[in-house]
Amino acid sequence: MNRLLTPLAICILLAQTWIALHLPKGFYQDSFLLPVLLIALLAAAHLMSRLTALADSGRPWQRPCQLAVPTLFGLMILLVWEAIVRGYDVPLVLMPEPSRVFVTLGNNLPLLWADFQQTYLKAVLAGYLMGCGLGFVAAKLVVRSPFLQKGLLPLGNFMASIPIIGIAPIMVMWFGFDWQSKAAVVVVMTFFPMLINTVAGLRSVDPLHADLMHTYAAGKGQIFFKNQLPQAMPFIFNALKLNSTLALIGAIVAEFFGTPIVGMGFRISAEVGRMNMDMVWATIFVAALAGSLSYGALALLERRVTFWHPSVRRER
Amino acid sequence: MKQQLKSLTQTQGFAVLTLVLGILVIWYIAALLMNGNQMINMLERTGQSWTYIQVLQGAYSIQRPPLPVPHQVAMELYQSVFNQAVTSRRSLVYHSMITLESTLLGFALGSLLGILIAVGIVHNRTLDASLMPWVIASQTVPILAIAPIVVVVLGSMNLTGVLPKAMISMYLSFFPVVIGMVKGLRSADKLHTELMITYNASAQQMFWKLRWFSAQPYLFASLKIAISAALVGAIVAELPTGAQGGLGARLLSGSYYGQTVQIWAALVISALLGWALITLVGMAERLVLNRRGLRG
Repeated sequence: MNRLLTPLAICILLAQTWIALHLPKGFYQDSFLLPVLLIALLAAAHLMSRLTALADSGRPWQRPCQLAVPTLFGLMILLVWEAIVRGYDVPLVLMPEPSRVFVTLGNNLPLLWADFQQTYLKAVLAGYLMGCGLGFVAAKLVVRSPFLQKGLLPLGNFMASIPIIGIAPIMVMWFGFDWQSKAAVVVVMTFFPMLINTVAGLRSVDPLHADLMHTYAAGKGQIFFKNQLPQAMPFIFNALKLNSTLALIGAIVAEFFGTPIVGMGFRISAEVGRMNMDMVWATIFVAALAGSLSYGALALLERRVTFWHPSVRRER
Repeated sequence: MKQQLKSLTQTQGFAVLTLVLGILVIWYIAALLMNGNQMINMLERTGQSWTYIQVLQGAYSIQRPPLPVPHQVAMELYQSVFNQAVTSRRSLVYHSMITLESTLLGFALGSLLGILIAVGIVHNRTLDASLMPWVIASQTVPILAIAPIVVVVLGSMNLTGVLPKAMISMYLSFFPVVIGMVKGLRSADKLHTELMITYNASAQQMFWKLRWFSAQPYLFASLKIAISAALVGAIVAELPTGAQGGLGARLLSGSYYGQTVQIWAALVISALLGWALITLVGMAERLVLNRRGLRG
């Protein structure tokens, strides 16, 4: 029974994909096809639970199966989205179908690349590097002085609880419409998480390790680079990963307050005004891709740098 | 006496106060430099000769300064909080209420959704494998970029007012709750879990009598993050809706008309709001956890 069920589920999913992509628009409005979608969902759920079982079984297929489960889930969401939008002939103003978004994405690559350059390569990258760098340097200074630790940490925690994004209009006023103002917003947004996390990391040094360094007669530089910094790395990477998302959000939102006619935030607000929802979603896709890739790259780097940390070690 | 003074300088309050005073001094100096420059430009354009005393006076009192000084912001705050009717569009209380409404609704929906997803993930291995990566991926997407679309789309489906904004707050606040709750529900003490198994407890009993309580400390830590995320979401969601009110709309209109003092006042209010909301959650945490003998 189980052997038959899996090929059957695959067939149903393929049939549903064909329905969603090839039937003329509006096929759900007066037909019997809606139950097929529900059956297809059940089929996908069955496939996913089979794949999960395979992934947990410890056979050589394990690794690809672990990746296949979330991929299948994502494809299923795209399928349902496509089917509902095409099936009920939802107007473009409300919601474009995913296939259309990808076509628009392919047709407008130069434009989207220019936006990406303006927002990501200029504003986000510059602001991110400066904000994280300043946060790190400030943390190094704070850790040295108990007075600053007592005073700055409550202030830093207070700053973390308030919506810093609100400074965007002020920065636009100070630094003009171009990318410098967006970078300034990103600097302020990324500074405090980096400061708080790095201070926590530098303070997390095991007293035994510090004593050991002392018995080795280690110099200040040696203590910092061989003991404190490696200990702080997991904390620093937490801040770096958190900041990679914050930076993109900061830059895009700052563009809502005034921008030259290029940039991802500008594209989104301009195309919403023109009701070109496919272009809006294409821009969001680019932003999502950029966000996920930078997060992923940082996570990979973290595994390399903090290979000794239990949370990384365990997975081997 | 000397001893007392010395111990006073080592308290946390003293350190914070000194730093705040330092920031204020730097603020006034920066304002003098930034506003003074503009003042000089303005006077020179009209062909007047100027003196330093004129510039000094002007820097702290001109209309629409590049950097308003704290007492200007405080005046504006006092004006728009106490000297306006609460229902007036000029009242910051009015705008804060609008933002607070969507923040709280979004926070409630997001926490509920987060708890439900976490319960699903903990109890179902397939959901764990398929959904968890997407929950994490959902936060690497610059969610706030979707804010204008969600508001426009829901608006064209005749859903206007508080709900579209609450949806964005919800999207931002469900994530920390999912992560915290999954960790919390799995953190039940191993001995207790084994005891429950020897009692032949069902999954439901296991949940209500053990896991739910082991998750509570994690839940409150997540709720604190979630509520400040919800506030950010509500403020940003108010940007594209234009002049309907709310702190975000206040920020946008301030930036359109160059009303810097208004922007700063809205910022201060949103900071106080964020701080108050987190403090409230912290109080609830202490109330609940203290009853269980845990320190909150």
